[in-house]
Order: sequence, then structure tokens, then C-alpha cells
Amino acid sequence: MYAQMVKSTGEGVRSLDEMDPQERAFQERIDAGGKIEPKDWMPDGYRKTLVRQIGQHAHSEIVGQLPEGNWITRAPTLERKAILLAKVQDEAGHGLYLYCAAETLGVTRDQMTRDLLSGKMKYSSIFNYPTLTWADMGAVGWLVDGAAIMNQVPLQRTSYGPYARAMVRICKEESFHQRQGFDIMMKMARGTPEQKRMAQDALNRFWYPSLMMFGPSDADSVHSAQSMAWKIKMNSNDELRQKFVDLTAPQADYLGLTIPDENLKWNEEKGGYDFSEPDWDEFFDVLKGNGPCSVERLEDRNRAWDEGRWVREAMLAHADKKRAAKLAAE
Amino acid sequence: MSSPESSAYENTEAAPHGGPRRTEWPLFEIFIRGQHGLSHRHVGSLHAPDAERAMQNARDVYTRRKEGVSIWVVEASKITASSPDDKGHMYDPADDKVYRHPTFFDIPEEVGTM
Ligand SMILES: [Fe+2]
Ligand SMILES: [Fe+2]
Ligand SMILES: [Fe+2]
Repeated sequence: MYAQMVKSTGEGVRSLDEMDPQERAFQERIDAGGKIEPKDWMPDGYRKTLVRQIGQHAHSEIVGQLPEGNWITRAPTLERKAILLAKVQDEAGHGLYLYCAAETLGVTRDQMTRDLLSGKMKYSSIFNYPTLTWADMGAVGWLVDGAAIMNQVPLQRTSYGPYARAMVRICKEESFHQRQGFDIMMKMARGTPEQKRMAQDALNRFWYPSLMMFGPSDADSVHSAQSMAWKIKMNSNDELRQKFVDLTAPQADYLGLTIPDENLKWNEEKGGYDFSEPDWDEFFDVLKGNGPCSVERLEDRNRAWDEGRWVREAMLAHADKKRAAKLAAE
Repeated sequence: MSSPESSAYENTEAAPHGGPRRTEWPLFEIFIRGQHGLSHRHVGSLHAPDAERAMQNARDVYTRRKEGVSIWVVEASKITASSPDDKGHMYDPADDKVYRHPTFFDIPEEVGTM
């Protein structure tokens, strides 16, 4: 997902009996569906795991602007351009909602930014793939935002209050994102043969990277088990991936496009589709920083930060000056 | 609400990137009145060099879809918040004054709606 392979404590989940009274009260509150708020006591592992997870999610929203930003100046019509601009602006907003949630855990914005720019903190593997044609704007909205929605909707019920509230805001905006993407796909799939070819090509390239967004199977992961006990992860990766495929396959049919998987088949017995796993070696390689656009993405973020520095400093200096003038006038 | 105190998070060895610079812009908490007749509600926070800029940023970040008719921005460091440990003595008095709730009183049915 936007936060992939987030490590928690790495220890097994402890039972209530093994916890000291404070931790036990904390866990019981979560079990009862209660929320944890910034000033409440929380185990160190909960705090750290959340900082990693929310931070990764925030960074993904920010870096996620780049593949789509690539097409803003080249959108086919003024209307498409305005829509894409609004969509990308939303993603910036999503990053900010999430940074502000992470900050309530005691990490500073500067620290998170530094960790993104140095490559220490990760963002979703999906944004390390290139957007080669306009049809990719369709595929990204339809598949990438679609996959994000799968994960974000249940997170609205997550145990950490500020995170849950950020997710509520984000989810309200995501369906616009997916729909505008699907709308592009419809237009292309029903356009000239050349346009339809572009739409198919975009689906071919984005299908498996979208499946990777959910992360490898975590059925046996102690990290996931702990995160689920804390309700900062609501579903297993396989569960969400299955749901995504089940929802998306009929949509591809509707578009008259073919999902690039010969094993994709409805399985009556399980009430879902059978499908091929993505290439997990590729996934781990991308996560390590070897994706087709990994270097470019980090360079772009670093350049934006460096080139924006004088603006940030000038605004601060201006604010200081205004404050001083106001004080002098009083 | 965002925690007004900015605590240093451990694990913070500075990356070589960027060199020394001034600290980040101050944090502002944002409150929005969603509709006329409702009170302002906390929606989140953002960083800005000053309150005016925070106001402009709040429009972009929190009201892209007409979510509000009025915005308050408050520097987070100016907020004093109760702590969860105060719960006891802050709210105790409410517990033994149950007569503050209308359901404390039984009004005969003949009296009608009250
Ligand atoms: Fe988003
Ligand atoms: Fe997104
Ligand atoms: Fe989105």
C-alpha cells in the first residue's frame, strides 16, 4: 500500500495477561473500539510504528504528485488540465493532512522531510514507475488511486485519532481521483484504435505494480500481527489485493481492455478471481531504490527542496520584519 | 489536536542534505466553521511563517471544496491543553451533580412535554 512493509516491534503479540496495567488499559481501549489521542499514554512501539507508517503514507502522497505532474502541461484539453491540476493539488493536501497527524506523535516535519530526501524513509513503490503517455493518467487514477482507496477506507477506523481523521478527509476526496482516471480510460478505450492501444498499454504496465502496492503476503508476519492488534492495520495484504482484483476485473471488461494475466479467472468456489502474483523480486528491487524512476524522483524532491529554500527563508524574514514593525508601532 | 509541544523525536541523526538552516515554520492549528450557525471545529494543523500566511494556506489545504465559511488559525504553542491524567479531578465534580441532567427529575406524565 502507500505504506508498504512497515515494521513494528518484531516481537509477537502479547496477551493481555502479559501486559502491565498501563499497556493493558491501552490495549483494552483499542479492543473496545476506542481512540488513542496524542497526549494519551501509548507503548513506544505503537508510536514508532505509526510514525513510520503515517510518514511513509505522507511521503507517498507527496512523491505521488510527480508522475501525474509530468502530464499537467501536456494534458489534451484545458478541462483535462484543470482536472488533473486539482487532483494533484489534492494529493499535496493528503500529504499535509498526514504529516500533521504524524507530527502529533512528536516527530517534526523537518525531520520527516530530511528522512525522505536522504532516502532513509520510503514511499510507495508504485511511484517509481514512469508515466509515458496520457493514457497513464487514466491508469493511475483508476488503478493506483483505486488500490489506495481499498486500503484507506478501512483505515478511517484506525485506533489513532489524528490518523483516522486524516483518513476520513482523504477518503472524501479519493473517489473523484478514481473516477477522473476511469473517465480518461473510457474515453481512450472507446476512441481511435491508436487511443485504445495506448489504454491497453497503460493497463499492461500498471497492472502488476498496482498489485504490488498491497505488499507481499503478510499472513505470517509478526509485524502485521502486532499492527493489526493495535488496529493501525485493518486487513491483511492478501485480503485487500483480492478485493481490488475482484472489483477491478469487471471494470476492465467494461472498458473492453484485457488484464495482462492469463491466469485471471473467476473462481466460483471462493467467490473471487484467481490471479497471478506480481514479480516480488522486482518489488524488493524497487523498494531498495532500483525502480525505473527511483533516482529521478528523489532528485526531483531534493531539487524542489533546495530551490525552495530561499523562498522559505525570505517568508520567514518577512514575517519577522512585519512582527518587528508592528511591535514598534504599538 | 496536534500536540503543541514540539518534542524531539529520537532517531534524528541529521542527513547530510541541505546543511544548517533555520528551524521549520511555526505550527498553526486550524479551526473551521463548516456552516452558518455551527461553531468552529478543529480540522488539523499546518506550518506557516505567520498567521496571515497560515490563513491563506488553510484555505488551500482545508477548504478546497467549500468546507467552511470561516477559519481561525491559532499558533499551536499558544494553546494550553488539558492532559488526559487530569481527567479525574477536572471532571469529577460532574459525576456527583447528576441533577444537572434533566432526566434526573421525574415529571408526571399528566404535565405533558417538558
Ligand atoms: Fe491521495
Ligand atoms: Fe493517491
Ligand atoms: Fe488520490
